[in-house]
Amino acid sequence: MNKTYRIVPALAAALLLAACGSTPKTEAPAPVDNRTAQPPAPPPSQQPTASTTTPRPVTANPLDDPRGVLAGRSVFFDYDSNVVKPEGQTLVKAHADYMKQFPGARIALEGNTDERGSREYNLALGQRRADAVKQIMTLVGVSGDRIETVSFGEEKPKAPGHDEAAWSQNRRADIVYKVKN
Amino acid sequence: MKRIAFTLWSLALFAAAAAHAQLTIDITTSAGKQIPVAIVPFGNEDATQSVTPVISADLARTGLFKVIPGTGVTPPPTEPSEINFADWTAKNAEALVIGSLRPAPGGQLDVRFRLFDVARQMQLASFSYVVQPAQLRATAHKIADEIYEKLTGDKGVFSTRIAYVIKRGQRYELQVADADGANAQTVLASGQSIISPKWSPDGTRLAYVSFESEKATVVVQNLATGERRTVANFFGNNSAPAWSPDGKTLAVTLTKDGTSQIYLIPATGGAPRRITESAAIDTEADWSPDGAYIAFISDRSGGPQIYRVPVTGGQPQRLTFEGSYNVTPRVSPDSRSIAYVQRDDGKFRIALLDIASGQSTVLSDGPLDESPSFAPNGRVVLYESTTGGRGSLAAVSADGRVKQRLTAASGDVRDPAWGPFVK
Repeated sequence: MNKTYRIVPALAAALLLAACGSTPKTEAPAPVDNRTAQPPAPPPSQQPTASTTTPRPVTANPLDDPRGVLAGRSVFFDYDSNVVKPEGQTLVKAHADYMKQFPGARIALEGNTDERGSREYNLALGQRRADAVKQIMTLVGVSGDRIETVSFGEEKPKAPGHDEAAWSQNRRADIVYKVKN
Repeated sequence: MKRIAFTLWSLALFAAAAAHAQLTIDITTSAGKQIPVAIVPFGNEDATQSVTPVISADLARTGLFKVIPGTGVTPPPTEPSEINFADWTAKNAEALVIGSLRPAPGGQLDVRFRLFDVARQMQLASFSYVVQPAQLRATAHKIADEIYEKLTGDKGVFSTRIAYVIKRGQRYELQVADADGANAQTVLASGQSIISPKWSPDGTRLAYVSFESEKATVVVQNLATGERRTVANFFGNNSAPAWSPDGKTLAVTLTKDGTSQIYLIPATGGAPRRITESAAIDTEADWSPDGAYIAFISDRSGGPQIYRVPVTGGQPQRLTFEGSYNVTPRVSPDSRSIAYVQRDDGKFRIALLDIASGQSTVLSDGPLDESPSFAPNGRVVLYESTTGGRGSLAAVSADGRVKQRLTAASGDVRDPAWGPFVK
């Protein structure tokens, strides 16, 4: 059981909002993600907290800095595209640098799409987006076996609306830390 | 334009999941030539026990019949000897339905039905069933099936069932209902998405994709026992199940070796055998009912297009060439055509491809239609139609002439799958 830590995407979005005064788009309010209502906080014995495992008690973990670049956990995509745009590249490389700095860190990359079109094709497209982010990380030297890619397709929209403002938030890959360091 | 409204209460399979559903079926367009059928209220029908309202609604819903109320003829005939054919010629009826409900031992009912050709004054069909009162609705569907088959030459689908997913808030329910939307039963409720339900060819099981374990896995559920078995839970995503015609094998999409590719697994779970080999996305398999090939989508040429590959292996053949986005192929019961979703100018519509000629016909109006599923007689395509962010079920005849909409009172209805003929 190595599933010890999880950034809830809604929380990540809130961190992103708090951190990025310069975010060009006004984000729609994040919907209540159903995972926040889920019970699966594992028993404490299986869930070492960051403070008990962090080897550097003096230095704060940069992941926890709400103003740092690592507070961003979502990579956004254009319609029908799995190309990681320049701002996404910057974010992905920052997380890759963190992964190299903390060799114990493990992540899941969760691909998502907007609601239009085939659910099954969207599930495959979401996977491709997650894989595209993983490829960047492995190209800059992060071992692939530390990165799990999954897709939720159009099943877990971050923004609940049915217009481009919502869709642009939902075409994304989320970086979810399973183990922080 | 006809409008038939039903108010129905679902029978919940699980008491906790009991919910009342109000379903309305609108026929939004109708066929040109309709067969006029007079339906006489059956002898001994009353407000609590009847079959003719269901028979009339079934036939009218197809758009192929003009149902003539069989009232106004005194006394209403219930036996052949009581028919004066001139009465029905005067009402322009080409066919006449009569019958009766008679008490039978053990609180049962003897349901007798006869169908006549008015012009030739000839009986076309008849049967007698002794049933429990609770089976009257099912018996009415059987009578409607008989009438439909005798008058059109195609098997009726009124006794079949449909499955679909209904989303209310963050709750997803996989439901099974009669083809007219009645008797909806929740067979699975989940806080996570349920997608892509598919009926086993014998109608006893549903395969679907579950996200209950925080990733996509393929589950097969026995409808009679409720037993659920995860049959595909490999590394990565497991999705898009499609049954082989013999019900022994599932085609599924797996990402265990990288990008989404199609594999065959035993329907009870087991080792996968890969059947597509591309660096692109290959998914949405659908097995042709004749067993010869598997239709699927691939974006190996750029956008997603429909292909087919022989089940025995070989080179995939591309089937769609118009447009940049053609998805969700569903092979017709006669294996000659494929219903699918095409995107054109940002609108998603249901279309029908004739495989031999390569010609496609657009069947639905969009703008957000998806998940087509053939009725087992091939005459109707059921699909999901979304407006204002809320999905409802719609149906269109395979010739595009008759359209219907099936709406639940609440919730977002999606991913319909029409079940097989029942024995």
